[in-house]
Amino acid sequence: MSGVTEPAGAGARPRRKGLTRRQRRRVSRGVQYVVFVAAVIAFAFAADWGRLQDQFAQVDIARQMFPDVITLALRNTVLYTLSGFVVGLVLGMVLALMRLSSVGPYRWVAGIYIEIFRGLPALLIFVFIGVAVPLAFPGTEIIGGTYGKVAIALGLVGAAYMAETFRAGIQAVPKGQMEAARSLGFSPARAMISIVVPQAFRIILPPLTNELVLLFKDSSLVLLLGVTLEERELSKFGRDLASQTANSTPILVAGLCYLLVTIPLGFVVRRLESKAGEAVK
Amino acid sequence: MSSSAQIRIRDLHKSFGDNEVLRGIDLEIGEGEVVCVIGPSGSGKSTLLRCVNLLEEPGRGQVFVGGTEVTDPDVDIDAVRRRIGMVFQQFNLFPHLTVTENLTLPQRRVLGRDKAAAARTAAENLARVGLSEKADAYPSALSGGQQQRVAIARALAMGPQVMLFDEPTSALDPELVGDVLAVMRMLADEGMTMMVVTHEMTFAREVADRVVFMDGGVVVEQGTPDQVIGAPRHERTRHFLSRLLDPAMAEVEEGTSDQVGKAG
Repeated sequence: MSGVTEPAGAGARPRRKGLTRRQRRRVSRGVQYVVFVAAVIAFAFAADWGRLQDQFAQVDIARQMFPDVITLALRNTVLYTLSGFVVGLVLGMVLALMRLSSVGPYRWVAGIYIEIFRGLPALLIFVFIGVAVPLAFPGTEIIGGTYGKVAIALGLVGAAYMAETFRAGIQAVPKGQMEAARSLGFSPARAMISIVVPQAFRIILPPLTNELVLLFKDSSLVLLLGVTLEERELSKFGRDLASQTANSTPILVAGLCYLLVTIPLGFVVRRLESKAGEAVK
Repeated sequence: MSSSAQIRIRDLHKSFGDNEVLRGIDLEIGEGEVVCVIGPSGSGKSTLLRCVNLLEEPGRGQVFVGGTEVTDPDVDIDAVRRRIGMVFQQFNLFPHLTVTENLTLPQRRVLGRDKAAAARTAAENLARVGLSEKADAYPSALSGGQQQRVAIARALAMGPQVMLFDEPTSALDPELVGDVLAVMRMLADEGMTMMVVTHEMTFAREVADRVVFMDGGVVVEQGTPDQVIGAPRHERTRHFLSRLLDPAMAEVEEGTSDQVGKAG
C-alpha cells in the first residue's frame, strides 16, 4: 500500500551519517539565496546603466510628453478599450446563448466563430478590418471612423473569449435555479434573464475584468489602421515621440501609463475573486 | 380520490435511456388531501413528483392538475405551473436576491402584480412561515431550515392550488427538520392539497391522509398511514420500513449497495 507517508518511513529508518533533514533544507535554501544574489549582481554589472539612462530616462523628454500622454494618448487607449469591450460583451453574450441553444445551426455558427477568432492573432484582425473590409465593400464607411473600426476589431477578438467565459458562467449556475424559476412559472427566456444571467455575471466578473486588461493591451494595434494625430493612443504616441526625439524615453513613459491602469485593475480582479469565493459559501 | 381530484396521474411511464424509472403509475389526489410518497432511493418517487409539473417529461401516460392536462403538448405549461407550488430538496432560493425579493420577483415577473401588492403578499407569507424578521437577509445568511421555509413561502406567494414537496427535509441537519415539518403541517391543516415525497415517517404517519409506497417504478401499496406504515401488507414495504425505522439493524445485502449506503 502507498498509504505509508514519506516522513514516517524516513523516521523509521536508522539515521544516516552526515546532514539531518533540517540541515539539508537549510543548506538548500542558502544555495538558492546565493544564486539569486549572484544573478542580480551579474545583471547589474553586465548592463551599461549610463547608456540605458541616456536612452530611456531623459527627464526633460519625459516632461515634454505631458499633458498629452494623459489627456490624449491614455484617454484614447481607454476609449478604444471600452468601446471594444462593450461590443465584445454584447456579441459575446449573444454567442454564448447561441452556444447553449437547442437549435443546432446556432450552436455550430457560434462554435465556428469562437474557434476562428480565438485562434487568430488580434493583429491579423486589425489588418482585416483596416484593409480587407474596405476592399470588399467599396464605398462603405464604418460608423465612427477609427473609433468604430477599433470597437469592431477589438470587439470581434474579445467576443470569442467572452463568449466562452459567459458560457462557463451560465453553466456554473446550479441547474436547480432554472428548475426553481420554471416551477414558479417563468418562461425559459425570462428565467434566463431574471435568474440565471445575473448569477452568472457574479461568477464571471473576475475573468471578465481580466479580459478588459487583455483588450487594453491589444488596443495598441490601432496603429495598424493608420490614425490621425488626434486619434493616437499610448503605443503610437510613444513610438512617434521616440522617433522624433531619437530617444526611447517616451516608450518607457507609455509603458508606465499602461501599468497605471493594469496594475489597479489586477488588484480589483483579486479582490473580486476573493469576494466571489466567499459568496459561494 | 373523489370527483374533485386535483392531481390525476394515469398510466405514467418514464425512462432515462434504458433505465425505466416509472412503469405505469396511476394515482389520484383529491382536493385538500395530503399524500406522502415513500420508498427506497431509485424507486422513482421524485421522478413521479417532477412529472406532475413537467420538470421531467414523461414518456407515456397522462397527468392532470386541476382539470388541465399537463402532458398535453399544446398546454401553456408556464400557466399550469403557476398553480403548482414546488419545494425542492436543495431549497433553490435565488442567492442574488434578498428573502423578500425571492418572494416578490416571481410575483411581479410571472403574475404581473404591482410592487405594493407583491410586497404585501410576500410579508404575509413570510409571517406564515415565521420568518418576518429575515425579510431583508440574503439566503446565504440563513440556516437550511430557514431557507426551506422561505422556499415554501415563495411558492405560497404565487397562490398555488397544489403543493409538491420533493424530499423537503433531506438536506437539513436533524435539529432543523422540525421547523419545516411544522410549516408543512400548518399547510395541511389549512386544507392545502399536498404531494410529499419524504423519508419522514413520523410526518407521514401523523399528517398524511394517504401513504403511497413505491418501489421499482410502481406503486406497491397505498392506504391510510395506519395501513401502510402500521400494518404493511407487502413484504417489500415491510422490508423498507424496517430498514428505515431501525437502520442500525440492517444487514449487509448483496446487490443493494445504494440501500446499504443509505442505511449507513
